[in-house]
Formats: sequence, C-alpha cells, structure tokens
Amino acid sequence: MSASAASAPSEDARLRYVLRLADTSLILGQRLAEWVGHAPALEEDLGLANIALDLIGQARLLLSYAAELEGRGRTEDELAFLRDAPQFLNLTLVEQPNGDFGRTLVRQLLVSAFQLELYEALKTCADARLAEIAAKALKETRYHVRYSASWVVRLGDGTAQSHARVQDALDELWPFTGELFAEDDVDAAMVAAGIAPRAAAVQARWSARIDAVLTEATLSRPADSVFPWHGKGGVHTEHLGYMLAEMQFLQRAYPGAEW
Amino acid sequence: MTHSELPYANSCVRLGHYDPELAVYTQGLDSLGKDCLQTPSADTAALTARFDAKVERDEKIEPKEWMPDAYRRTLVRQISQHAHSEIVGMLPEGNWITRAPTLRRKAVLIAKVQDEGGHGMYLYSAAETLGVSRDELVAQLLAGTAKYSSIFNYPTLTWADIGAIGWLVDGAAIMNQIPICRCSYGPYARAMVRICREESFHQRQGFEIMMTLARGTPAQRAMAQDALNRWWWPSVMMFGPSDAESQHTAQSMRWKIKRFTNDELRQHFIDVTAPQADFLKLTVPDPELRWDEATQHYRCGEIDWSEFHRVVKGHGPCNRERLQARRSAHEQGRWVREAASAYAEKTRARARRLEESA
Ligand SMILES: [Fe+2]
Ligand SMILES: [Fe+2]
Repeated sequence: MSASAASAPSEDARLRYVLRLADTSLILGQRLAEWVGHAPALEEDLGLANIALDLIGQARLLLSYAAELEGRGRTEDELAFLRDAPQFLNLTLVEQPNGDFGRTLVRQLLVSAFQLELYEALKTCADARLAEIAAKALKETRYHVRYSASWVVRLGDGTAQSHARVQDALDELWPFTGELFAEDDVDAAMVAAGIAPRAAAVQARWSARIDAVLTEATLSRPADSVFPWHGKGGVHTEHLGYMLAEMQFLQRAYPGAEW
Repeated sequence: MTHSELPYANSCVRLGHYDPELAVYTQGLDSLGKDCLQTPSADTAALTARFDAKVERDEKIEPKEWMPDAYRRTLVRQISQHAHSEIVGMLPEGNWITRAPTLRRKAVLIAKVQDEGGHGMYLYSAAETLGVSRDELVAQLLAGTAKYSSIFNYPTLTWADIGAIGWLVDGAAIMNQIPICRCSYGPYARAMVRICREESFHQRQGFEIMMTLARGTPAQRAMAQDALNRWWWPSVMMFGPSDAESQHTAQSMRWKIKRFTNDELRQHFIDVTAPQADFLKLTVPDPELRWDEATQHYRCGEIDWSEFHRVVKGHGPCNRERLQARRSAHEQGRWVREAASAYAEKTRARARRLEESA
C-alpha cells in the first residue's frame, strides 16, 4: 500500500471504496451478459458482449485487489459468489433490470460517463494499484461511452416511438443518479487521502457530458429528485437478490467445489 | 428496412476479428447479377469446362467469376445453414453465461458465444458474395424454412453441458470445417481458416471444463458423465446422414466443396474423441464402442437415425424454443432497427441541406 499521505484512509474505507468500484462493474457486466444472443441485431450482440467482458475484467482486477486489502485469504470468486446482497456495494443504478434495448443503453451511458470521470481521476491517484487498474479501465470506458451515447442519440432522434421509449427510460433511471455524487464517509476518507476525486468535480464534468448527449438526442433532462437508495452502502433494491441467486447458484449448490 | 441500411459502420462495434476482405467481396455484388446466370448455352459448355478445369487444378473460384448455378445454390445452402448454426448455437451456451461458476469461466464463455456470433457474421458475408442478402437468409431462418445444425435443439441442463459442447460439438465442428479451409470457393475457404482457429480454442476450453469436473467431487464427475451421455450421440450425428443416404455428397466432392464423406469425418471424430473420454475416465454411452486392431479404427454401435430425422424435422427437445428466441429477439429489436435507419435518413437529409446552402 503506497498511500503515504498524512491522512491515509483507514484500511476499511479503502476496502469499501474498491469494492464499490468492483461490484459496480461486476453487476453491470452481469446485467449486460443477459443480452447475449437476444440483442436487436448481431452487431449489438457482439457490442454488448464486448462491454460485458470489459466490465467483468475490471471487476476481477478490483476484486483481487479488494481480497488483498481484506487480508483474509479470500479470492475474487469468493468475493463474487459467496457474499450476500447487503455485502455488495455496487451503485443501485447498475442492478436495475435491462428493460428494452433503449433502457439498457441509457443506463449504460449514465454509468459509463460516471466511470469515465472516476477512472480519469484515479489513474493518477495516490494508490498505485488502483491507478494502474483505472488506467486500463479508462481506455475501455471511453469506448463504452461512445457506444452508448451513439445509441442514445440514434434512439432519441430516431422515430417518435423510439424517442418516447428512451425518454421514459431516462425519466425512470434518472433518480438513481443521485447516489453517484452523494459523498459519504468512505468517499470523504478517500478524498482526504488524495485517492478519490471530489464528487462535485466529477458531477460537473459528468453533467456536461450527459447534457451534450441529451441535446443531440433531443431528449430532456429530468429534474433531480430525492433518492432513497444507497447501494454503495449495502442497501439495495429487490432486484439484486435475484441477480445473486442466479449468479451464485453453482457455488452455493456445490460448496467447496473447484470449477 | 435492411441490415445494410443500418449505420453500423459508426456504431463502434469492436469485433476484433471482422474480416475486411469479406466486406470488400460484398461490394462486388452488383456486378454479379443476371449476365453471369443467363449465359447462352453455347458458351455455357465452354464456361463449365473452364470452371471444372480450375476446380481440378485446385484454384479458388472467386465471387465475380462464372460458376454453375447448381454450384452457387449448393454453396448458398451450405454457407447459410452454417451461419444459422452459429447464431442459433449462441442460445444453448448463452443459457449459462449468467450462471457460470467463476468469473474466469464467465468471461471465457461470453467470449466464446461472442466468437460464434462473429462466425455467423463472416459466414453471412461469405454467402452475400454469392448474390443473396443477409436479410433474406435471416428471414428464411425465422420463417423456419432454413436448416441449422440439429445439435442446438438439445437443452443445456447443467454446467457440464458447457464443457461437453466445447469438447464434442466444437470438436465435431472442427472435423467438419478443417477440410472446408481448402474448399474451392475462395471466400468460404478463407472465412473457415479464421473460424477453425477459434473453434479449436473453444474445443480446448470445453475439454478443460470436462477435465476439471471429471477430477472434481463425485457430484461433479456425475455431472460430467451425464453430459457425455446426453451429448455423445447428437454429436456423432452432427456429420449428417450416412454416405449411402447423403444426397449432396458426390457432387459436392466433385466441386471440392466437400473433401471427405460424412462417414469418413464421423469415423475420424470417433477415433480422436474416444481416447479423450478414456483420458477423462468417462464412459462413452455406446456399449459396442471398441478399438479394432485390423482396421486401426474404433467400431461403434448403430446410430439411431430415427432420432436424427425427428430432430431435423422439428421435433427435438428445443426446436420451438430456439426459433422462438430468435424470432422474439428480431421482433423486439424492430423498433431499434427502425430508429437507427430513421436517424441515418435524418442525418443524410441534414448533410444534403448543408451542402445545398453552402
Ligand atoms: Fe463457431
Ligand atoms: Fe465454437
């Protein structure tokens, strides 16, 4: 651990911060993987599979790091397959169901644009290990933003039907974005340690990028609202339990087996 | 609205292994048309002779060249069936992506299913060089008038099925496809070279899953044996009807579309695979399977061709589900494809207006 700042965060804060990043990528990757074989066109099957692969790759690197920080000898798979929902620290937004293709791509844009700003800041942060992972993830995330933005624009400015569908999706998903920028103790400790960027700075850049896409897509930005969810604190919607039941089934049904 | 109208060129899809050569061939489509097909019969004899000689010399036939109608039809049928098989094949394996037991297995499986989609794309492109569009071919699949490999009408019931498919189904696909790398039709042969490279990777990954299970807990061993029990015969049947019954083999061999008969390929598959099952200490579900010193081949029991024909005719365990899954993806994606083409049209109109005002 390389953080030499006077205000080095407690190891618990660092662990929780890394798990938030890891679980957000993992759960979003798992959601996207549901699409494979069922997308609107073959090209999109491959495009969504690419993003799912990138996200699961990021999750593996981050979970391995989290396992080391935790120091209990657990592996990436034990963290992914043997934790229950309250121990998952992903953003609530990423566990929301895929809905139609438009809703999936709106969710992707909102999350990828957030990850982009985060990784941009983390790639030069005081935690060398995290910086290295962020630098790799950043390249992938640029593509995720391009892919999802290009679809949101096409669907928003496509037909009347497609416009109505993505506007609906945006309205439904927007309240979940409040959580992205709500700094809590963990975030504050990581900011103080020179690791995490300030939420306000991330939000300003995210907001500008999203506004530009929405304008081009002829979509209107929903008003911010109060949000009752706190996935990154372990408080989830009902959806996550079902996702984990599916994802973890083999590890749970055959305890101790190697796969 | 057709696929070719969609603005995929700027949808940032990173295939990584999309073959630009194939895209070039499809551009030659316009020049392929009727003059090639309706040559006066006096010339046809000369053209046929030249074509035959070329095939005889093992030279590749390329899209713009003259070819017999029947050769073209045979290739369209075979290549499109092959493409459909790749696409339908994404379903049984995709069925386990969200339940893969480790993150590494999950990533490998997603990449594999993605490869199969890529194979479908190269093959549709190869078929397009023969003057038929991907949209037409997909429409035939959805209408239920096109065939695809029957193996994908069997269900994937446990994780071991993912191992068994990689080991046996990709293994059988390789046996079928390696000779096609030397097929007389250039675009098909070239598509097959890269596909085979990936299939052999899939086969190794599948075998590795089986090995892990076979060396695992008693429950895992049982899971592996059960998967072999269910996938063995359908895999053996993947090579198609016996030579005596196969309608197309003789002509396809003369045209060098096919290099070996169904039974030759099947025998080769069994010879290679039976020792692998021994290595895994799993039992092939064929009590008559045994090594024959005299012929230096395995001998096996009678294939239940009535099952084969039943599944081909649409009465396998998952025929309806597979087709239904493809249809509903197509139907539910319609608004997306329509939006994409409406957007592309708006973009073109804006560009025209900009030009006019300049
Ligand atoms: Fe394939
Ligand atoms: Fe394959």
